[in-house]
Amino acid sequence: MATEILMPALSPTMTEGKLARWLKKEGDTIASGDVVAEIETDKATMEVEAVDEGILGRILVPEGSEGIAVNAPIAVLVAQGEAVPDKVEAAPKAAHTPAETVSAPVAAPIPSAPAAHAPSQPAPTAVGGKRIAVSPLARRIARDKGLDLSTIKGSGPNGRIVKHDVETAVLAPVQATQGSPAPVPGGSRTIPHTTMRKVIARRLSESKATVPHFYVSADVELDALLALRSQMNALSTGDGPDAFKLSVNDMLVKAAAVALKKVPEVNATYTDEAMILHDDADISIAVSLDDGLITPIIRQADRKSLKEISQEAKGLIARARAGKLKPEEFQGGTFSLSNMGMYDVKDFNAIINPPQAAILAIAAGKKQAVVVNDALKIATVMTVTLSVDHRAVDGATAARWLSAFQATVQSPLSLVL
Amino acid sequence: MSQTDFDILVIGGGPGGYVAALRAAQLKLSVGVVEATHLGGICLNWGCIPTKALLRASEINHLLHDLDTYGFKAEQVSFDFKKIIARSRAVSKQLSSGVSHLLKKAKVPVFEGFGKLDGVGPNGRRKVLVTKDGAAPVTLTAKHVILATGARARALPGLEADGKLVWSYREALVPEELPKRLLVIGSGAIGTEFASFYRNMGSAVTLVEVAPRILPVEDEEISAIAHKEFEKQGIRVLTGAKVGALRKGADSVTVPVETNGKTEEITVDKVISAVGIVGNVENIGLEGTKIKVDRTHVVTDAQCRTGEPGVYAIGDLAGAPWLAHKASHEAVMCVEAIAGKDVHPIDVTKIPGCTYCRPQIASVGYTEARAKEAGYTLRVGKFPLMANGKALAMGEPAGLVKTVFDAKTGELLGAHMIGAEVTEMVQGYVIARTGELTEAELAETIFPHPTISESMHEAVLAAYGGALHF
Repeated sequence: MATEILMPALSPTMTEGKLARWLKKEGDTIASGDVVAEIETDKATMEVEAVDEGILGRILVPEGSEGIAVNAPIAVLVAQGEAVPDKVEAAPKAAHTPAETVSAPVAAPIPSAPAAHAPSQPAPTAVGGKRIAVSPLARRIARDKGLDLSTIKGSGPNGRIVKHDVETAVLAPVQATQGSPAPVPGGSRTIPHTTMRKVIARRLSESKATVPHFYVSADVELDALLALRSQMNALSTGDGPDAFKLSVNDMLVKAAAVALKKVPEVNATYTDEAMILHDDADISIAVSLDDGLITPIIRQADRKSLKEISQEAKGLIARARAGKLKPEEFQGGTFSLSNMGMYDVKDFNAIINPPQAAILAIAAGKKQAVVVNDALKIATVMTVTLSVDHRAVDGATAARWLSAFQATVQSPLSLVL
Repeated sequence: MSQTDFDILVIGGGPGGYVAALRAAQLKLSVGVVEATHLGGICLNWGCIPTKALLRASEINHLLHDLDTYGFKAEQVSFDFKKIIARSRAVSKQLSSGVSHLLKKAKVPVFEGFGKLDGVGPNGRRKVLVTKDGAAPVTLTAKHVILATGARARALPGLEADGKLVWSYREALVPEELPKRLLVIGSGAIGTEFASFYRNMGSAVTLVEVAPRILPVEDEEISAIAHKEFEKQGIRVLTGAKVGALRKGADSVTVPVETNGKTEEITVDKVISAVGIVGNVENIGLEGTKIKVDRTHVVTDAQCRTGEPGVYAIGDLAGAPWLAHKASHEAVMCVEAIAGKDVHPIDVTKIPGCTYCRPQIASVGYTEARAKEAGYTLRVGKFPLMANGKALAMGEPAGLVKTVFDAKTGELLGAHMIGAEVTEMVQGYVIARTGELTEAELAETIFPHPTISESMHEAVLAAYGGALHF
């Protein structure tokens, strides 16, 4: 019996995704557990594994299709020798993306299967759920000419689009280009958004629009932490599996976790009904990618050794850059760290990653003169800025947290306890 | 005093004029009709309807002489010709009074008399002068005037109807007795219907056509089948034939007919001249207006507007095809446009044509040859009625259904049928063409079994290589 492969929900919050790539072709034999496709979700590319075995009878959603609703069929698996059923609907677009539906290519979304005859797939006749009245002939001509029916005005009874309308629509663009002005210098290019860009835009807009941010900054001296790092890295044994190389960031992750344990009010989530205080310090670390950023999570960073954190972070960052993070590796987290220390920035403010209550922005550490006991000395100083959700955390608490963080970094032995 | 000023005045009460009036009344416009003779026009009184009544009689006569085929036996079968003609007239009368009743119900006044345009009054309203023998002329006024005066038989020089030996359709509908020998000149719908009627009633009929084939507007294959069937019935069919000067005797007429360079003298009791029609453009006040007339027909635009603002022409007066249903459709469109509604121009390739000879002929859209001329790449499907169960059961196996599709888009360009009941079936293809269905929808349509209409489905499948029963 034919089995549909459905668009998987890669995370509890996922409602739609992009089918990035098919790894199997129609006609390929599929074993249970085979990776058949890659799905691009909120922030990562995920592999879709086949649950059942069989032959990949028909691919319903071509590569590059966006906004595929969770649980929509994306392919049909058949048994050896079984015919591919004709009547399989292609995955519907998620309902809340009408703009994408309109601009979707008119081309038939179902490539013809080798054995079965290709069903005549009509050009889309609905825009945002609204039916377009169109004659079958006009629909077919529109499909053949690659016309978007939603842009054509119907002249038939009750505005029905008829042959005449699509035929004149075919001619229209030609007439329009006659006498159009020559391209002027200084134009622009339009690059379609990736799923990630859309998610970044949506989530950060939401955050800035709904979360009342406030910011608290402090200067933190790094010299003690840098010295500890040198000593610890010197303990690493060559190249073996136990080898490690702590980064400043690894140590700041741990420092943030320690500070969250000292001031647990910041390790919180605000909801309309109640405040949620998290037991674990799950630290999201912002990783920049070519086309955006992603925040893999060091879970229970407060309970992990620097070495464990370092090794884990290394793996997460590598997978993040390869687009291979699993959803649970970047979804969740109770506190974020955004480190721009590798760039020569003096200070910056970060946008909170909801439903977290705070994010720490870390600027570059620089040697500068500081006054200690009325005397000048040289210290490596970085400016950190905590962005706080004022609904969850008040100013004094934020200051206490920052003070705890500063103390931990400046007296870093608690990091190795 | 009765009303003399209207939103719309319609001159002519045929299937164009009276329908225009009914639609105008529905749209709450004030409207009046001027009719010179009979409500219902040629169609009801001297055309479509009385000929169908006669053809029904000839079909019964044919069956009565074919009873043996069905296992019946009857002695001394005969008919009362006068009664057959009287029945035809009674049907016309019944329908004509039906139209009168409809107009009365719609509160549309009918002015008996001959209407003509009579300029524009000082108030900017069009004047229509109505004259009637033995009565004072009446002037009516209206904002819009729809001309629907129809058409009449063309009288070729030397072939004018004399009412005695040479008939037009009018005399042919009310003969005193059945002619023993008959010559029909012209094999369009009118000529073939009369040839069919008289032959099936028992006359010796010769059908003469100047074109290389009979029914020249139909698809060539349909013409060929009709030709063969007519000859089987005993009609003598002469195509590519020129008719010379008639020599009239006391009770007969001798007609020289030239075919292939040879002239043959054919002597008959009656001649029916069915060589086309001309529009009734005379004496309706077109002179001195901006209304253009081209070869006896009023020139109009796609919404039936003439060159004169506020004056419209519909139906036979406005040109081919000369069909009642075209006139009625134009009437509705014209009135709706006047009422400010959104209307759709008529596409002549979506107007069906029916001829009620035996076997019947019906078609819509492009013939195969015309479609090719128009540059289409074609898919043509054919299905003979010989392979249709219902046609065989009816004892009517002669016939063919043919479809012409645009291979590129699947548009049904045309459909052509000959056989029993095809005039009742062609609307299926007209709906398909008007609704712009493609071969896919037609192929998916479930046709009832057993019907002759199944052959329509098969002819679609055949065009795409898949007729199931042939």
